[in-house]
Amino acid sequence: MNQAVIKRKQRATGTPGLLSAIFGSLTPADWLFKQTTLLFALAIAGTLVLIVIEMATNSTLTFEKFGWSFITRSAWNPVLDDFGALPFIYGTAVSSLIGLLIAVPVSIGVAVFLVETAPRKLATPISFVVQLLAAIPSVVYGLWGIFVLAPLLRDHVYPAIQSKLGFLPLFRGNPNGLGLLTAGIILSIMVVPIITAVTTDVMRAVPSFQREAALALGATKWEATLIILQNARSGITGAVILGLGRAVGETMAVTMLIGNRPEISASLFDPSFTIASAIANEFTEATSEVYRHALVELGLILFVITFAINVIARLLVWTATRGQGKASHA
Amino acid sequence: MDEAENDNMKAVSQMTVPVPVLSEKRITLPDRGAGKLAAPTQERKIHIEGLNFFYGRTQALKGISHDVAPNQVTAYIGPSGCGKSTLIRTLNRMNDVIPRTRVEGRVELDGQDIYAPGTDVVSLRRRVGMVFQKPNPFPRSIFDNVAYGLKINGMARSKSDLADRVEASLRAAALWDEVKDRMNDSAYSVSGGQQQRVCIARALAVEPEVLLMDEPTSALDPIATQKIEELIVELKEKYTIVIVTHNMQQAARVSDYTAFFWIGEMIEFSTTEKMFTKPDHKMTEDYITGRFG
Amino acid sequence: MHNLWFRKLMSSSITLVTSVSACVVIAVLILILGYIGAKGVSELSISFLINDPKPIGESGSGIANAIVGSFLLIGVASVIGMPVGILGGLYLAEFASSRFGTALRFLIDTLTGVPSIIVGVFVWTVMVKPMGHFSALSGGVSLAIIMMPIVARTTEEMLRLVPDSMREGALALGAPVWRMSLGVVLRAAAGGVATGAMLAIARIAGETAPLLFTSLNRNYMSTRIAEPIASLTNQIYYYAGAPYEEWHSMAWAATLVLVTMILGINVVVRVLTRSRHQQ
Repeated sequence: MNQAVIKRKQRATGTPGLLSAIFGSLTPADWLFKQTTLLFALAIAGTLVLIVIEMATNSTLTFEKFGWSFITRSAWNPVLDDFGALPFIYGTAVSSLIGLLIAVPVSIGVAVFLVETAPRKLATPISFVVQLLAAIPSVVYGLWGIFVLAPLLRDHVYPAIQSKLGFLPLFRGNPNGLGLLTAGIILSIMVVPIITAVTTDVMRAVPSFQREAALALGATKWEATLIILQNARSGITGAVILGLGRAVGETMAVTMLIGNRPEISASLFDPSFTIASAIANEFTEATSEVYRHALVELGLILFVITFAINVIARLLVWTATRGQGKASHA
Repeated sequence: MDEAENDNMKAVSQMTVPVPVLSEKRITLPDRGAGKLAAPTQERKIHIEGLNFFYGRTQALKGISHDVAPNQVTAYIGPSGCGKSTLIRTLNRMNDVIPRTRVEGRVELDGQDIYAPGTDVVSLRRRVGMVFQKPNPFPRSIFDNVAYGLKINGMARSKSDLADRVEASLRAAALWDEVKDRMNDSAYSVSGGQQQRVCIARALAVEPEVLLMDEPTSALDPIATQKIEELIVELKEKYTIVIVTHNMQQAARVSDYTAFFWIGEMIEFSTTEKMFTKPDHKMTEDYITGRFG
Repeated sequence: MHNLWFRKLMSSSITLVTSVSACVVIAVLILILGYIGAKGVSELSISFLINDPKPIGESGSGIANAIVGSFLLIGVASVIGMPVGILGGLYLAEFASSRFGTALRFLIDTLTGVPSIIVGVFVWTVMVKPMGHFSALSGGVSLAIIMMPIVARTTEEMLRLVPDSMREGALALGAPVWRMSLGVVLRAAAGGVATGAMLAIARIAGETAPLLFTSLNRNYMSTRIAEPIASLTNQIYYYAGAPYEEWHSMAWAATLVLVTMILGINVVVRVLTRSRHQQ
């Protein structure tokens, strides 16, 4: 688009001889400008590459020592230089899953409300207010979680759950407020805004004729909404996966609420550890090189997980908001 | 029932029609099976009286009054923006989904005002079906598209009944032979013209009484257009059809009655034959001969 | 199951349920903001804002060092991140060919998705470790790394909205490309770019993880960038985890200050965007 505009100008004005050979058909000043901006763009892209390289080179010790089994080992003993990533992968996975389990129905509900029920004038400010939840810093969620949410859960909610469902291994153990479930709950609050925002976008991208076609057949409002949701389903999946990506990378709120114990336990009330919170907690305390390399390798695993999640999510959302117009292309 | 029928026949023969609406050809009432016609049968399937329509403050339709005859094709023609699409959408209250719209006047289906408070819009829309300008099948298989209306309205007694009804609808839409081996393929896998016929089959499946068609062929190629025009002429045996078209030749080919609109007002309404040979108004004549629009 | 009454009941129930979920979400937000306000306000005072922290037991503790520290860190980050981000975004919008541009965009988008703790680890390995000590500079750099891809992408989006006719008009008048890009196109998109930048600032103002092992923390006022420095976010983290009640209240008050700042920026951006669209 803009390339074409510039190329046209270049062809029109042209620069003479030697300069042309060196700089193409841009003037020297323009050439410098272009290269500078290119440099900056490369700097940003290059930083990512550098990060991957640094992470890789700084985890060689543990990679050499444990190889791929690092991922499946369940150990964490700095004194004996014995490390394994499994407890952290477990904690990350379970807390994120709990977060999604709570957030997804709520987010889709809010999105449906915003798109279908709320009058347009009301929908915009409500949408903005929901997005404010995303602007609150992670550490603030942690603070609120420690002093407000955790005591509330510990004193009122967990005992109730345990009395009804305590026979399940999921709910055994000592519900002292800090643990996997609490971390999952705070993650759900943090993830609702992004799932809601993307879901509303993809729902709005569905051509209105789909809804009208359903209504014209005598569908109720909700039945017509279902048609829209069906149209948007790949985008909604993308939204959920984006939320997952956010949950997996969350550090501060989780560190403050998960109890920080590198053990795998069946109970959701028990403390646990996620990769991000482990790094946050222990990095500055890492006394040996191996210890540090173990933490960096954990970070590398986290990076790969979030990378994969984000790529998939973006693909889904992209096809949903562009290719969704299938119904309007006869 | 017989008494009512007799009364009606009497009324019809005594009626002096102020507007050249009724065709001399047909007075027989459509036979659609028991239980379909709850209200006394009318000569006019749809009766529009003094209809004003507002988008917010803008008035899009002014004082529209005419009747739509049963089992006939009525065409709405006029330049873009004249309100014909708005008008057709008032007939199944599809404009309700647009915020801040307002309706004044009466629109009667079989003698009952569809804008009366307490009207069951969901049922109305089943009785008055709609086919849209651009084919808009659901992201499902052909079978599921046609079956959709049947399922939500609980119209099929069993799985085989459902399949039968789907087949019947596709036959009625003249599409069965072309897609019978592809029923489980996505509705998007067929051509535009076929997709539109899927939409027609889908609309017919719920057994409407009226079929509204908002520029149904404007997004299709000439061959597909022709097939659908042939279909429309066949369909009027069983259904009342209202069609919006910007293509005057199409109106001339397909419709029995035509209404010409200009900036929200109905300028003329007459039999198609009359409108295209000896229209009453100069504006109509100008439009039809292509002097503008 | 298919009877009309039941279907309509279902439809109304779903409407009710979705409305309730929206209310729940808003209620949670109010709960959070409410607690911050209520608990923070009691500790808030002028002395709180202009004093440094004092040892336990002494009165008049404050978070001046953290406020100044945060501003300094954001400043360092912006000095690095803004030009790189804006000009990088400009390259993407104006010059990049479609294949190269797609590749660049992919890498840049991936960078936005990197968890901030990993950015912190990265800066630790390339700056803190070689330098031998923590510093505000490395903290600022880590924030810049988070900021750059966000600013680059929003700048690119805003620049793409500027119509080509404006570009052609400038070129037709004989303007060199750099003049056209900076003086005409960027200026036309300035509002959007500025709001994008503000949102990026609001985002990094709330970051804690990358600062944990770059700028660390400092209990007294400092403005030296080669040394560790306090920040609002880190201060909140440490106070929250400490065993002293006093520090807990200070954490709430610091949170109030931080959240007011961040939400303030968000609201201002919102108002500005809306007024721009209404023009």
